[in-house]
Amino acid sequence: MTVSAVPSDRHPGAGMVISTVAPDRRPDSGAAISVGSLIRPAAGRLSLAVLAGVGAAGAAVALTACSAWLISRAALHPPVLHLMVAIVAVRACGLSRGVLRYLERLVGHDAAFRILTDVRVRLWTRLERLAPAGLADFRRADLARRLAADVDAVLDLITRVVLPYAVAGVIGLASVLVVGVLVPVAGLALAVALLVVGAGVPVLQRAAARRADGRLAPLRAELATGVVDLLHGLPDLAAYGATRDRLDRLAAVDARLTDTSRRSAATAGLGAAVTALSTGAAVLAGLVAGAVAVRSGSLPGELLALIVLTPLAVFEIAAPLPTAAQRWATARVSLRRLTELWQTPDPIHDDPSSTPTAAAARKNDDASPGPARGNSGLAVPEMRVDGVTAGWVGGRTAINGVDLVLPSGGRVALVGPSGSGKSTVAALLVRFLDPREGRVTMDGRDLREIPADEVRRVVGYLPEDSSLFDTTIGDNLRIGRPGASDTDLREALRQARLLDWVETLPDGLDTLVGEHGMALSGGQRRRLALARLLLGDARVLIFDEPTEHLDDETAAALTRDLMAAAGERTVLLITHRTDLTGLAVTRLR
Amino acid sequence: MKPLDPRLLRYARATRTYLAATVVLGGIHAVLLIAQAVLLADAITAVFLDGAGIGDLTTGILGFTTPVLVALVAVIAAKAAVAWLQEVASARSAAAVKSQLRNRLLAHVAALAPHPDPINTEKRDKEEGIDRPLTEGKAGNTAGLPTEAKEKDGERPSADGKTRGAGQLSADGEARGAGRLAAGEVVALAGDGLDALDDYFAKYLPQLVLAVLVPGILLSRLLPADLVAVGTIAVTLPLIPLFMALVGMHTEAQNRRQFRLLSRLSHHFLDVVAGLPTLKLFGRARAQAGIIRRISDEQRRHTMRTLRTAFLSSLVLELLATLSVALVAVGIGLRLVSGNLDLATALLVLILAPEAYRPLREVGAHFHASAEGLAAAEEVFAVLETPLPVLGKRAPVSGDIVFDGVEVRFPGRSGTALRLDATIRTGEIVALTGPSGCGKSTALNVLLGFVSPTAGRVTVGGVPQQEFDLEAWRRRIAWVPQRPHLFASSVYDNIALPDGLAAPVPFPEVVAAAQAAGADGFVRELPESYSTVLGDDGTGLSAGQRQRIALARAFLRDAPIVLLDEPTANLDAGTAAEVMAAIRRLAAGRTVLIAAHRPELIALADRVVPLTENLVPA
Repeated sequence: MTVSAVPSDRHPGAGMVISTVAPDRRPDSGAAISVGSLIRPAAGRLSLAVLAGVGAAGAAVALTACSAWLISRAALHPPVLHLMVAIVAVRACGLSRGVLRYLERLVGHDAAFRILTDVRVRLWTRLERLAPAGLADFRRADLARRLAADVDAVLDLITRVVLPYAVAGVIGLASVLVVGVLVPVAGLALAVALLVVGAGVPVLQRAAARRADGRLAPLRAELATGVVDLLHGLPDLAAYGATRDRLDRLAAVDARLTDTSRRSAATAGLGAAVTALSTGAAVLAGLVAGAVAVRSGSLPGELLALIVLTPLAVFEIAAPLPTAAQRWATARVSLRRLTELWQTPDPIHDDPSSTPTAAAARKNDDASPGPARGNSGLAVPEMRVDGVTAGWVGGRTAINGVDLVLPSGGRVALVGPSGSGKSTVAALLVRFLDPREGRVTMDGRDLREIPADEVRRVVGYLPEDSSLFDTTIGDNLRIGRPGASDTDLREALRQARLLDWVETLPDGLDTLVGEHGMALSGGQRRRLALARLLLGDARVLIFDEPTEHLDDETAAALTRDLMAAAGERTVLLITHRTDLTGLAVTRLR
Repeated sequence: MKPLDPRLLRYARATRTYLAATVVLGGIHAVLLIAQAVLLADAITAVFLDGAGIGDLTTGILGFTTPVLVALVAVIAAKAAVAWLQEVASARSAAAVKSQLRNRLLAHVAALAPHPDPINTEKRDKEEGIDRPLTEGKAGNTAGLPTEAKEKDGERPSADGKTRGAGQLSADGEARGAGRLAAGEVVALAGDGLDALDDYFAKYLPQLVLAVLVPGILLSRLLPADLVAVGTIAVTLPLIPLFMALVGMHTEAQNRRQFRLLSRLSHHFLDVVAGLPTLKLFGRARAQAGIIRRISDEQRRHTMRTLRTAFLSSLVLELLATLSVALVAVGIGLRLVSGNLDLATALLVLILAPEAYRPLREVGAHFHASAEGLAAAEEVFAVLETPLPVLGKRAPVSGDIVFDGVEVRFPGRSGTALRLDATIRTGEIVALTGPSGCGKSTALNVLLGFVSPTAGRVTVGGVPQQEFDLEAWRRRIAWVPQRPHLFASSVYDNIALPDGLAAPVPFPEVVAAAQAAGADGFVRELPESYSTVLGDDGTGLSAGQRQRIALARAFLRDAPIVLLDEPTANLDAGTAAEVMAAIRRLAAGRTVLIAAHRPELIALADRVVPLTENLVPA
């Protein structure tokens, strides 16, 4: 069997576009990720961090203000005792700033990591509901990014956006009030200048960035395509002596890109210029308004330095805000991507209230509402698919009017070309998916009336690529039946014809399987997954392309072993192979 | 981490210009700071102590009497202009430096022999897989849960070969990839990777320059005014980098441990997410939420333990900087009271003292942004410092090709990829046969100079092949790979593959080559015939059409030696027959070496050289 000649079964939902079909249930948007909902679980700590940050920033501003007053006062040569309060205040500010800032960062990060934990758990809970049918519309790499980068963006959001803005907001307001009470015009000028830096500059920068991106993006894309082309076509280029020409062409694109970005540099610097101008304007306004106030007698002369110098210190706190705003723009995109997971409709409509029942049932097998476990073995139900039309969430219809009967203990093969919906049938039988029309029944009972967990306890599914976890063989098996004894595990391995091999391993059941079982061969991975399936209570077994990508000899042996290991249980074999002796065949078109 | 890698100056000359500009702008910035401080201090003193009106105050600038307010406006405007120029300079230089590094990187990667290590090839595949919908082609997971899980599959050659995507790879590992980095890594580096340098140039480097420049200029202005304050600042300032370095050294090892822990924890998270459908099938998914919470909490506790120490460096920085300013302020206050100092000087010191510490604090704040940029630059340097293969100079001769005890091993892989003793006589058609992995493609790659034999040698007409001028030698070869790469340019370009030096290939010659390869027909049916620009890697063309484009290349080259690497492997029987007809025309009258699997190719050969089986454990 050559790898290339055999088209692998198309995945359910291949190439689907997010559809316009209205979901019959409103998306669970209430649980979506918003900044408010993020902060809530760590609100206390976050407030503490803001408090410490306000203390630190306040100390910096107060240091300048107190020093200014201290020096002005000292210039009048009062007795030193009259200055003691100011001296102590200045020293205290000098000491406390660093310490409070340290506290702010520690508590802030602690809060951010707590929030991160919370987001991960919420995301897991959501994914748990969606997977796998509800995720068919997401690209693989895209979802990986959501999990890794987008979740981690939460850290940045808390420590580098929320905290700086909260602290700068409080300090800015306090400074404006203090200055404004003394010299209203100076206070007003400070307020305006702060707003320009905290809100105006970010808007300006975003507009500049968007304009530059509009011109740069096509060139970047062209360059990226060219680089990929060069690197992947390098052997062809080298063999035909065409490398230099390719490099020259790339250099030309690169030159255009560089030239364009150099030309957009002028707007990139505007933010810095406006920030510098605002700071200067606030200081200047303080000087003029303060001097006028001193002359008119409404401001004691010794406070003039305070009015003029305070803005200098405040702007040191406000200066990082444009950068924080840029991070917010990035973080918002991440949050939006995460939120999409909450806007995806649920693939099945399990009554959530039934969930505890299912969990309880799992703990107490005898009370389970499913087919009861007899003394002599397992009661094997009859499964029927009656005129079912179904499709993956949001996508096109994958199967239309399909009928299938799995008699108790029967051996049935489901065959059909790629994309004919074979895996969709499997997903229906384990209730990863509910039908749009028709019904799937277990001993005559509609699956929609049975909690999904309960269905999956009766119907076992060995997907084409069943996941193994990066832990030991034993732990991977115990996912099938927690608390199974080593003897149980060995028995399952024996049925899957893997025991002999495991016995030869120095670590036996404690052998690590590697990431996604990569330390094992393809056949071993599938047999291990089979052993795990056999450990459970499943009475109906679905094998989805169990021999895909295996060589003929291994495939034949595995198929034999699967049938033997299934024993009394029903088997549905999903395959595109043609050697189906001894099986009742249902074809999909 | 060095604050400024000298290699950056060497490899990207734009850095030097930028540094010079930054030094000049930094100097102007410092002078403007002093001017602003002097103007403010004098004005406050005049209004407060002398009861002057702000509008009446004047100052002397270069001998001209100017109102203070006008002077202040001018200074503020100048400061804004300097800030703007600094940003412009950093953005322009970053663009230039990135371009210089990118060009050098690509040229160097291209000059390294195309690397046929299959591990690289599979990484490339992995990289491509990233943007492929999870449902397409590749061994997918039925569960349909897209995660890193599937991408990782591509990284290791697996026993059943299922990770080989879409039949793109011969088991011998087609010659692809680039030097020490996989193609995907070079693409990432040349694109977003180098963009990390933006922050290094915009935020870190200028502050580093200011941190050296500004304190010196400020202190020299303050020196005649207040010796005590200057002394305080001059003593505390150097303590900051000293303490930061000490804390940094202490935390580095801890950071590394922490990083390993972090990656282990997030690995676990991705692992369980990858297996979510499986957990769901066994009813164990919901319980994982608790485990994720526990692991995430553990991660937080460990991280916080590290951060407690890591943040110490900024604690030291803030503490020293602020406390020094406070000490200076109290000191000048006391000296004012005793009459040893005048108010204007005191205010000048008060305004300038924090400015002396500011650049250093900014350096600390942007340390991490810069580290990322420098790391990217260092990756580029690592590639640039990979030595290029030594090339021969001799003009190639014709004659029998002799594989004389040739052996090829790939670093990091056990077993021998190829072991071959054979003679291919001029004008002979020889088929190399054997199962996947026996080194058929590797033998062709050796002839092409993509791979150097680990042992033995290849001679042509009695001359060792490695002594030939490689480009001239390759001109004598026409190569048709199993899966030719088609470029995102016109069909004409794809057939002609211009070398950029010689005159463009005349159009009729290209058409003639296409006709000989059986490509003319379908090319003329394309929307713009030979001018049609193909999509990425020839999207829109079938495997058979791509193969015929590659054959057209070979016809156009009209070389005495033809290397065919399973050219019909991916084709159905009908298409394969058409391609075979073109191959027969191409083979006539040339020396042909074929890596062959299919019977019709083997039948074409005068002689078959079987390769030993399974030298590389699959």
